[in-house]
Amino acid sequence: MRNIIAFPLLGLAVIVQSSLVSEIHLLQGYADLPMLIIAAWALQERVDSAWHWAAVACLFVAFISSLPWIVFVVGYISIVYIARILQRRVWQAPLLAMFSVVFTGTLVMHILSFGVLTLLGTSFSFSDVATLITLPTLLLNMLFSIPVYTLMRDLSYWVYPAEVME
Amino acid sequence: MKSRSLQTTIIFLVVGGILALALGGFFGTASNRFSSIFISIQTWIFTRYQGFQDLVTAPGDIVALRQENANLEAQVSQLQAQLIELQQRVNETEILAALVDFSRSNPESTYKAASVIGRDPSPFLHYIIINRGSNDDIQRGMPVVTNQGLVGRVDAVIADAARVQLITDPASGVNVYLQNADTDAVLYGSVTGDISLDLISQDVTVEPGDLILTSGLGGGYPADLVIGQVVTLRTLEFELFQQATVQPAVDFTRLEIVLVITNFRPVDISPLVPVSP
Repeated sequence: MRNIIAFPLLGLAVIVQSSLVSEIHLLQGYADLPMLIIAAWALQERVDSAWHWAAVACLFVAFISSLPWIVFVVGYISIVYIARILQRRVWQAPLLAMFSVVFTGTLVMHILSFGVLTLLGTSFSFSDVATLITLPTLLLNMLFSIPVYTLMRDLSYWVYPAEVME
Repeated sequence: MKSRSLQTTIIFLVVGGILALALGGFFGTASNRFSSIFISIQTWIFTRYQGFQDLVTAPGDIVALRQENANLEAQVSQLQAQLIELQQRVNETEILAALVDFSRSNPESTYKAASVIGRDPSPFLHYIIINRGSNDDIQRGMPVVTNQGLVGRVDAVIADAARVQLITDPASGVNVYLQNADTDAVLYGSVTGDISLDLISQDVTVEPGDLILTSGLGGGYPADLVIGQVVTLRTLEFELFQQATVQPAVDFTRLEIVLVITNFRPVDISPLVPVSP
């Protein structure tokens, strides 16, 4: 039942992303807060609702963005999938897992955005996208990933409290 | 009885005499020594008393001072917040005054002012979100301007907000008119936020500084809205057209308040475009 916090939290994250995070840019790139939240949530050991959170994030972000919704659906679901795989294999180094998921997830999102927009007829220079958008976004996502991971870990303890053995 | 009265009189006379001699300066050294000892004792007693008084009353003073300090700090922070708010209002007023001047100088259009409340979450796209929507008669395709020039056009509308595609967006294309060269061209955005001109005929001479206006062709934008100036021109003999980089009139990184032209309806000319068999 406490999982319902996904709605206000992700709604707030999308608002903050649109109004604040998108203003803190490095060259043309900026951090992707909803993606970081999804990645951090999916990496928590007790969490079994990461897919639902990804769906809620898709709903909110696709509503506000003019990027085709398929990018967010495929991108966020891929990120949850990667995170669940890594969470089982790199469970002893959660921050390393977070960095790996954020790095891979950012690349997945940008490759998808680039591909879909190119298919829709928008012309991009690959080198411009790589140097001005993807690399700065990677750096900012890495920087933001540590506090986001910590917050989501604490939230997971609240949503999934430890069972008391009698 | 007589002897006691005589004794009192003698004492008075002696004391009065000593006093008179002291006031007359005959006891200078002795009175100085006496007064210095007296002052030293008084000073010692007074300072000890003051120390004791501080010891007794100081805690109460510190509490009162701390409280006063906290009150003053709260007052300072409140005044600072008020100052920031007033500065923001001054900025907004300046922007609004410029927009009002612009709307007065262009009375053929009707405008609706809107605040920019966000940007597209994707860094690949250049869109802004404004706080006016269909409840304010905003419709898809309406041009958006500032007093400096063209910003873009409304791309999607909900009840209380709208999404505006900027002319810097990579998918944006605007038919423009170069005033000095008297020729048409097309303005494109890019992923970097720069805008450039393409499809400039090889026959015309374009100079840096030439003014770029919307041409109105295609029906997407009204004519004669300022876009910017030509910065550099690229002419290659083996290409069909010339290209140019453009300095936009609008600072797209500092968009706060914009005007939506509400009496312009975009024309859909797609049914008129011949379809190849």
